[in-house]
Amino acid sequence: MVPLADYLVLSAVVFALGLYAVLTRRNGVAILMGIELMLNAANINLVAFNKYAAPGAVQGQIFALIVITLAACEAAVGLALVLAAYRSLETIHVDEINVMRW
Amino acid sequence: MTGEAIAFYALAAVILVSGLVVVSSPNIVHSAVALVPAFLGITGIYILLGAEFVAGIQVLIYAGAITVLLLFVIMLTEGGTGLRLQQRNEQGPVGASVAVAIAVLLIAGVTHTTWGRGAGTLPAYTPGAIGQSFLGTNLLAFEGTSIVLLVSLIGAVIIARKEE
Amino acid sequence: MTPYAWLIPLLPLLAFVLVIWRGDRLPGRGATISIAGIALAGLCGLALLGETAAGRRADLTYQWVVLGGRPLTVGFVVDPLSAVMTAMVGVVASLITIYSVGYMEGDPRFSRFFAYLSLFQFSMLFLVLADNFLFIYAGWELVGLCSYLLIGFWFERPAAARAALKAFVTTRVGDFSMMIGILILFLHTGTLSFTGVFHGIAAGRIGGPLLTLAAVLVFGGAVGKSAQIPLHVWLPDAMEGPTPVSALIHAATMVAAGVYLVARTYPLFLQSPGHQALTVVAYIGGITALFAATMGVVENDIKRVLAYSTVSQLGYMFLGLGVLSYSAGMFHLITHAFFKALLFLGAGSVIHAVATNNMKEMGGLARAMPVTFWTFLVATLALTGIPPFSGFFSKDAILLAAYAHDKTLWLLGAAGAFVTAFYMGRLTWYTFAGSYRGGSPAASQGAHGGAHGGGHPHESPRVMTVPLVILAAGAAGLGFLESPFDRYVRFPGVEAPASSAPLLVVSVLVALAGWAAAGAIYYWRILPSAVLRRYLRAPYTLLVHKYYVDDLYGWVFLRAGGLVVLLAGAFDRYVVDGIVNAVGWLTGRLGWALRFLQTGREENYLLLIFLGLVVIVVVRLVR
Repeated sequence: MVPLADYLVLSAVVFALGLYAVLTRRNGVAILMGIELMLNAANINLVAFNKYAAPGAVQGQIFALIVITLAACEAAVGLALVLAAYRSLETIHVDEINVMRW
Repeated sequence: MTGEAIAFYALAAVILVSGLVVVSSPNIVHSAVALVPAFLGITGIYILLGAEFVAGIQVLIYAGAITVLLLFVIMLTEGGTGLRLQQRNEQGPVGASVAVAIAVLLIAGVTHTTWGRGAGTLPAYTPGAIGQSFLGTNLLAFEGTSIVLLVSLIGAVIIARKEE
Repeated sequence: MTPYAWLIPLLPLLAFVLVIWRGDRLPGRGATISIAGIALAGLCGLALLGETAAGRRADLTYQWVVLGGRPLTVGFVVDPLSAVMTAMVGVVASLITIYSVGYMEGDPRFSRFFAYLSLFQFSMLFLVLADNFLFIYAGWELVGLCSYLLIGFWFERPAAARAALKAFVTTRVGDFSMMIGILILFLHTGTLSFTGVFHGIAAGRIGGPLLTLAAVLVFGGAVGKSAQIPLHVWLPDAMEGPTPVSALIHAATMVAAGVYLVARTYPLFLQSPGHQALTVVAYIGGITALFAATMGVVENDIKRVLAYSTVSQLGYMFLGLGVLSYSAGMFHLITHAFFKALLFLGAGSVIHAVATNNMKEMGGLARAMPVTFWTFLVATLALTGIPPFSGFFSKDAILLAAYAHDKTLWLLGAAGAFVTAFYMGRLTWYTFAGSYRGGSPAASQGAHGGAHGGGHPHESPRVMTVPLVILAAGAAGLGFLESPFDRYVRFPGVEAPASSAPLLVVSVLVALAGWAAAGAIYYWRILPSAVLRRYLRAPYTLLVHKYYVDDLYGWVFLRAGGLVVLLAGAFDRYVVDGIVNAVGWLTGRLGWALRFLQTGREENYLLLIFLGLVVIVVVRLVR
């Protein structure tokens, strides 16, 4: 059996990749992609723990399913926002959206 | 080396490589397309972990719906022009260092902890168990999630609507 | 009366409140109320005198506050010492207040003057009836305040305003010394009442050099208030105030408070080892007696001569107390009150008539103002110690005790007596003898009214001359009460030495010699003063500049003090304010720098969050 730690390490690296995308990318859609990666990393953790640490019930998988659902909702709304912003501001680069900045 | 181990490392490699493409490609469409192998790799991981139902949902929702949605939006906004613009903002190096640091800390944390083993085994047929759970113990979460779905559906439509 | 002695100070206090509040609308524009207040107090004082002579004593104490488990009692004491002071203050102050009605006539602030007089009378009576250091210090400060208000009564004159301030500040130095002395006593005996402190000394709670120090510090207050060396500089300048003020405060009562203080706290001085404290008192008194008298010789302002005379006579009183002649010192205080007040009131009468203080512009007034002249002469003879007037009895008792105690002190006193007779003779001849030298109603320092100046001086109104006559009776007759006084006001264990006829004769001869010398120079012109001034130029200059003491004080305290003030001001502006301003400036700069943290950009904020997380975890792991 692959030890639990390996799954957790994988999850940590994916999470870091997603974090890098969120912190560094200029394109709004790219940021949303980063967020999706982070959520997936969390899901890996949940399911891994379910199998290794609490295999009696499927609670971890339930949690993961709910996370997937909510991620879908959030992606939908976020992308709608990006579209709306593009319509009025002609850009989706977050560092150029400064209408409310000083 | 067991078969499981080989599968795990192969899948991990796929996920990591495509993840790298996602976060660093200057072409936004390449980024979006690279998401698909990443998600499929994660699906493989779920199957390895005995969560078949979750794996299926992952393919449907993530690799299917969300990726398509992302591509649509890219097409509708300037990303579809394929222009190679500067995709990294000014806090690139610092952001990279922070991400690396977080990863290092997390890995250090998990490798130095002894995780306990719980009792019992996963059910062989997980969809059944999940269904029982959703309509049993986790009913509230199920219903709540449904409402969130509904609301976000309506919200997204309203936000993305063309102004008359 | 004795149990109600606490009422006595309240009578003039009530008068003060009424007059200050409603002065001009009261009968006599406040003067009547004021006179009533002090006259009643005077009558009560005489009643106290009678009762204590018959043997009654009283200690009216009240518990004021409890400090750390120990109660602090305050109150009033009725014994021969306080009774005789109360009676004297009451009588003399009443006469002076009546006199003021004539002297201050026409002054725009007439009622306020009487209000201040009443306030002073309250303060003085409060002081002499006190049975604890707290009350006496309170009364001390109050009389100082009234002195300031009254010296500067004509505050439109810059000289008067300066004099008032000088008086207050100089006595403050003495007051500070007194406070330290009181605190030392309180720290060691735990009580502020006189009897409590004396018991503490007897029980040994304080003694030796520390007791001497405390006694000398308390005496320091007397040095200030009674204008002894080196704090004598304020009294001559205090003559800027109206003459009744000079008579009341700076002759009869307030300046005598210092002598009263030493008498009241006599056990302090007796118990100091080897009578060191008493020696200090005696020598300061003796030196002042001679020193001040010499300065009076060259003054041309009639009131300033009398001021120096007061300083000198106060020196005699301290000399008396210092040579263990308690009764003689106090007796001289009482007689001096009468004849010095009389001298000042007479001088006021003269000033009222000729509108000048300068003796060189007077002369021939004996014929023009007979009542003033004769009463003035009685007082002068008393002051210079010519029998059978009162001053002879009191001053000679002091000189007698000085001779028995320490010949040096006797020499100082006798020399002082010669000089006293000399300058008083000079004053009398300049003012009253010869022919009138004045003529023009020119403006001069301290003159009041001026309505009568110019060629034809005449006698003052009866409201001014009647008090003169009454005081003259006292100045003349009180001397015969010496023996009863000595039996009445005495300190157990301190007795006067036996009388010595040769010494008495010497004293009288010294006084007559002084008169003769003055007459030779100023009346018969055998040796004219102009000639003397030429041959004795150096001593003359020294005296005219008052031994340069005022200049020394001005240089040391005003210049050096001014330098300190300048430094302190600069420190305050640059260092203290600088620090405060720097804090403000720093906050501003910090704010300016930190505002760049708020970029309004989400990616920056997210970075900060995760960066912070990393830092926290690393720190936690490293610890």
